[in-house]
Amino acid sequence: MSHYFMIFFNSVFIDNIALTFFLGMCTFIAVSKKVSTAIMLSAAVIAVEVITVPVNNLLYTFLLKKGALAWAGFPNLDLSFLGLICYIGVIAAIVQILEMALDKYFPALYNALGIFLPLITVNCAILGAVLFMVERDYNVVESTVYGAGVGVGFGLAICLLAGIREKLVYSDIPKGLRGVGVTFIIVGLMAMSFKAFSGLQF
Amino acid sequence: MAKAKDALLDPLFNNNPIALQILGICSALAVTNKLSTALTMTVAVVLVTACSNAAISAIRNHIPNSIRIIVQMTIIATLVIIIDQMLKAYLYEMSKALSVYVGLIITNCIVMGRAEAYAMKNPVGLSFLDGVGNGLGYGIVLLTVGFVRELFGSGKLFGVTILNTVNDGGWYVTNGLMLLAPSAFFLIGFIIWGLRTWKPELQE
Repeated sequence: MSHYFMIFFNSVFIDNIALTFFLGMCTFIAVSKKVSTAIMLSAAVIAVEVITVPVNNLLYTFLLKKGALAWAGFPNLDLSFLGLICYIGVIAAIVQILEMALDKYFPALYNALGIFLPLITVNCAILGAVLFMVERDYNVVESTVYGAGVGVGFGLAICLLAGIREKLVYSDIPKGLRGVGVTFIIVGLMAMSFKAFSGLQF
Repeated sequence: MAKAKDALLDPLFNNNPIALQILGICSALAVTNKLSTALTMTVAVVLVTACSNAAISAIRNHIPNSIRIIVQMTIIATLVIIIDQMLKAYLYEMSKALSVYVGLIITNCIVMGRAEAYAMKNPVGLSFLDGVGNGLGYGIVLLTVGFVRELFGSGKLFGVTILNTVNDGGWYVTNGLMLLAPSAFFLIGFIIWGLRTWKPELQE
């Protein structure tokens, strides 16, 4: 149990996908102007991460890994070089399915999420989490926990940033720095504070 | 000719993908603690953006509108796989250092953004130049950040000692922050500030 908790805690705080690995930055900067939209986006990211990371894990274990096709009579086949194209295909397909399912069964939520769902396909936080999962050789349960952790970590970071940016409207910033410039500096400061977590060891 | 020049040079400063369009920042920051990784990444992105732009532009009149994203994705992913395999074969150490970030070129918004915004509407030659230009615009920021981070973080450039560090019996006390993630954000923030002060019409 504590092993899974550790993976979760690690991916939320110590290895925060947005603030330590710089993934999903485009959305992170673009969609953090208001807390309410940031919360919506985090919900979508968490849902997609929890589904795609374990699915891609199954795909990797049973089809792509070296020797994974032994059950089909190809014990020496190594298809891992096809990984990237498969993962992105799976992500695109799952986002599409999720979108259709939400449209049919939860139209209110679908309307609220709007443009964010399709955008998530090209969010590097998703593909990044999948690639880290492959690199660290997680099993299915571990990758589900990891996916949830990454999603929550991204959500936490983007909601915090949105909160700060809402307050920032009232401050007097040099002209050239307004908008994106100062956002980068803030994210830098946030990343520094998250570095404090890296001292935690279990 | 003028159009070709615009396609190639405009993205360098006037319409820099990182500093102004805020695209492709993700990978830009993680690989910049050394100049050599930043340079490899730049070359990879220039190749992928230019080739994908050219390929997508060549078949732009045959792609059905409803499935264009997945077609673009497939072309980009194929190119990235080729780059990834080449790096693994000839520059194994570098490929380890870049870890997942080579694969993440697929979701680099610059590649996708240029395919969608430029290659779908323009002929092959111009699209290719636009791809090179945007790749270089990305590269300029990457190399600038990489230069500052490696020089002040470890006193070296391309692994060659420039500032003799205290650890090696020299005089320069390294700035550890430069090797950590946050410094990249500060540097990009300052680059954007500088660029927008130089060209006030770009301010928000």
